[in-house]
Amino acid sequence: MSRIVVKDVWQEYGDQVVLERISLTIEPRSFVALVGPSGCGKSTFLRLLLGDEKPTRGTITLDGAPLVAEPGPDRGVVFQRYSVFPHLTVLGNVLFGLEMRGSSTRIRLLGQQRRQAIETARAMIAAVGLLGSEDKYPAQLSGGMQQRLALAQALVMKPAVLLLDEPFGALDPGIRAEIHELMKTLWHETALTVVMVTHDMREAFTLATRVIAFERPRDRPEERERYGALLSQDISIWPPRIAGAAHPSSPDRDDPAFPLGQTRDDPVISEPPGA
Amino acid sequence: MRWINYKPSRITALTLALCPFILVLLAYAIGSAARLADNPADKLLPGIAALGDAINRMAFTPDVRTGELFLWADTLASLGRLGASLGIATAIALVVGMLVGMFPYLRALLAPFIAVVSMVPPLALLPVLFIVMGLGEVSKITLIVIGITPIMIRDLAFKVLDLPHEQLVKAQTLDASSFQIAMRVVLPQTLPRLFTCLKLQLGPAWLFLIAAEAISSDSGLGYRIFLVRRYLSMDVIFTYVAWITLLAVIMNVALDWLRVAIFPWTRGTAQ
Repeated sequence: MSRIVVKDVWQEYGDQVVLERISLTIEPRSFVALVGPSGCGKSTFLRLLLGDEKPTRGTITLDGAPLVAEPGPDRGVVFQRYSVFPHLTVLGNVLFGLEMRGSSTRIRLLGQQRRQAIETARAMIAAVGLLGSEDKYPAQLSGGMQQRLALAQALVMKPAVLLLDEPFGALDPGIRAEIHELMKTLWHETALTVVMVTHDMREAFTLATRVIAFERPRDRPEERERYGALLSQDISIWPPRIAGAAHPSSPDRDDPAFPLGQTRDDPVISEPPGA
Repeated sequence: MRWINYKPSRITALTLALCPFILVLLAYAIGSAARLADNPADKLLPGIAALGDAINRMAFTPDVRTGELFLWADTLASLGRLGASLGIATAIALVVGMLVGMFPYLRALLAPFIAVVSMVPPLALLPVLFIVMGLGEVSKITLIVIGITPIMIRDLAFKVLDLPHEQLVKAQTLDASSFQIAMRVVLPQTLPRLFTCLKLQLGPAWLFLIAAEAISSDSGLGYRIFLVRRYLSMDVIFTYVAWITLLAVIMNVALDWLRVAIFPWTRGTAQ
């Protein structure tokens, strides 16, 4: 599986401390949302997980092995923009990873292998609801469809970890709700750990199993440079969402106020207050 | 309404586009008529009839001594040199530009050097080229290559650097190696820019070509212009200038058309 352990990570750019003392364990199959105000370093943290940057101090391990300092096929990613290749069609974008995999010199697949890859890619395209648009270029797709394509492109590689950097931030609410449903389905059905950066609290609490907040406790102008952001909140969603299992309550409702006979680790309320 | 919000219709736009051309032709015709009225033997601004005669003489009447049609022979010679040098420059610029744009170590090694080399005025090197490489085709082609390659390399390297970092990261998460990224991500997105880059360098390329031909050659459009200059044959010079302009315009349009035909996703974008 894919347990990510972050141990005492600091990230500094020159004199500017961006993140400090970040320690965190992300369990396999969880869906972690990183929230926080703009510029608090949550995207920086995601880039560390991605391997696009190296932490100044501290270690990050994936399944016990230190993270390689460059992006690789075990970690898929979807950005808010520029996630898909503008010069490739929908099919070409999803096919890309399959064509690159397992070789460092092959630039396209031929014959039987190519037919198989196209079949796999088509299944993935169908799973994100883009069937019928295989021959379109990204510029001809709406924003929501582009993000669906980006998801398909990443997931066709079957990564252990999927990293999302405000992937749905630029979409309008109706489209966003649809793609949330898709995201949930994909998370339930694929062996996937998801880490998502978002500034949308509702999105975080709708999708995640755990919401982690980044915050700069010292944010006066004279302090801003020498103090970075810390983890200020670590909230587990109740009742717990479990990958592959139906969630007992609808996402837009409050959590049940009465005990439901499930165990939880805070004091059980034996009677509803005021009874 | 503000001036920035007035937009011409298609027909108005076409009419407006034609205006400067007509105005220039008109000014020429008036000037030419005035000078010819003063002195019927004036050679500076020949009339329409004289120009027509020059076209006929240069393009359609074989030379009595060699049997050549000068305009076509000159065009062939010049386009040969231009084509060879543009081909060489394009190949070098594409390879070096991609390497410099993609790999930080090569960028550190080559970028400052190329920046300095691109500042060398190529025409000042022409005497050296003529002495070292002789007066034949090689020195002329080399001049054009030296003149336009460094700028094309820099332009393409910038284009590569301009690719969103997200795309390179995404390609890496899709298990692509440096070579695969070069061939499948960077190259296809740089090639359209190569066409635009080539288009912008057509002007300098013609300049260097004509300069080289003017100084030492026995054929070519620039050679002919500087040959007939001695006889004050403005009719031939104007004909040749118009012809060169037409060739350049056709190349421009053809490069744009080719780019959109080969890379359909670049339609309507400023590459």
